[in-house]
Amino acid sequence: MSDIGERVKKIVVEHLGVEPEKVIDSASFIDDLGADSLDTVELVMAFEEEFGCEIPDDAAETILTVGDATKFLEKNAKS
Amino acid sequence: MRRVVVTGLGMVSPLGCGVEPTWQRILNGESGARKIETFDVSDLQTKIACVVPRGDGSNGTFNPDQWMEPKDQRKVDDFIIFAMAAATQALNDANWHPESEEDKCATGTLIGSGIGGLNGIAETAILLKERGPRRVSPFFIPGRLINLTSGYVSIEHGLKGPNHSVVTACSTGAHAIGDAARLIALGDADVMVAGGAESPISRIGIAGFNAARALSTGFNETPEKASRPYDKDRDGFVMGEGAGVVILEEIEHARRRGAKIYAEVIGYGLSGDAYHITSPSPDGDGGFRSMSAALKRAGLTPSDLDYINAHGTSTPVGDEIELGAVERLLGNAASRVAMSSTKSSTGHLLGAAGAIEAIFAMLAIRDNIAPPTINLDHPSVETAIDLVPQSAKKREINVALSNSFGFGGTNASVIVRRLAD
Repeated sequence: MSDIGERVKKIVVEHLGVEPEKVIDSASFIDDLGADSLDTVELVMAFEEEFGCEIPDDAAETILTVGDATKFLEKNAKS
Repeated sequence: MRRVVVTGLGMVSPLGCGVEPTWQRILNGESGARKIETFDVSDLQTKIACVVPRGDGSNGTFNPDQWMEPKDQRKVDDFIIFAMAAATQALNDANWHPESEEDKCATGTLIGSGIGGLNGIAETAILLKERGPRRVSPFFIPGRLINLTSGYVSIEHGLKGPNHSVVTACSTGAHAIGDAARLIALGDADVMVAGGAESPISRIGIAGFNAARALSTGFNETPEKASRPYDKDRDGFVMGEGAGVVILEEIEHARRRGAKIYAEVIGYGLSGDAYHITSPSPDGDGGFRSMSAALKRAGLTPSDLDYINAHGTSTPVGDEIELGAVERLLGNAASRVAMSSTKSSTGHLLGAAGAIEAIFAMLAIRDNIAPPTINLDHPSVETAIDLVPQSAKKREINVALSNSFGFGGTNASVIVRRLAD
């Protein structure tokens, strides 16, 4: 479990108000964690803030699960 | 036209969370004003406000977690959380929880606010300037919009009838109740969740009303003395926050399900001053015409009124103008009417004021008691009307009128009556 993965999960738990156990790599923000389209926009903003990087809209559209976010940020995180 | 009754009440006020804790403290003559401790007031002329007591929910404190998920609270300004709390209380009080599609579609929402998410707009403007547009939350807009009071309540409780809102400054709460009653009277809904909510206590809110010379500035060390309608030493209103919501219901709908009935809404009047953006017309004609219209709608004469919950904000100009209008309305009946300003205890809840005060008018009927105008030590003018100084007064009250007047010269009066068996 990467440090980035842990930080991603912490943000997801805080923003979506879900049980930490449910925040697994395969969990879809919308289908499994109860997020709506606005929640996912805010999540991406929180990732940008936490990891000091910009996530362009076309990349954001491919981040659908917790694992997607971790994988993207492992490549692109600046902090 | 169909008859409309009130079957549920809900409230968050500076005197507590809930209708009964607030009402008891009003009857005890208590004040909700205190020094502001949640933001820097060192450079503000006004350093006090009537603040909702936050806590764990015991002893009448307000615990937002009881009314809205923490993850949703983060997305909205406090006025929406207050509205959710008051609406849920009112629906529980009315024991109205529509489950069938028919009942859901027959139940609507009409909750307003004077200003809406003022603090969230101010904070986001700073964020925009300092960090740029990509940092602005997708919840910024929906969390500040005034009609999202009705929106959130409708979604939470599955209410699919009319989903409406009001924005008429300090007349908002009264207009919401009056307009919602009309929607029922005309058959657009059988039940309406109606009222007002406000969360203006912020640096920008205080600065703005200070600039308009509207707030009390001379009682920063004795906040409980600051709101003193009709008193010669009054120097402006004390800002308050909270929400009031009532459940309005078509009378046969309420009777069929055996609902308890607080009062019938029998009169509603509206008028415009067409005079000035913040000052009432000196002749009080706007208020006079709104009260007259409500009486006409109710089919009553001035001598039928027992109690008036005044707009009475404690501003030097407004209180006497309203008093003059009421004297003109009542004529020889002035000496048999009690009129008090509960803003002396609650402060001025702006868009929520008309809603909580209509509720106080109903409770005055229920308990046959006129709530007091506290801090009324030396009335600035003589009047034959009993202003109920300092202490609540037991008296027979069957018909009560509540006045609300707002910036922009907008006036509303609501009349409620004890339901005769």
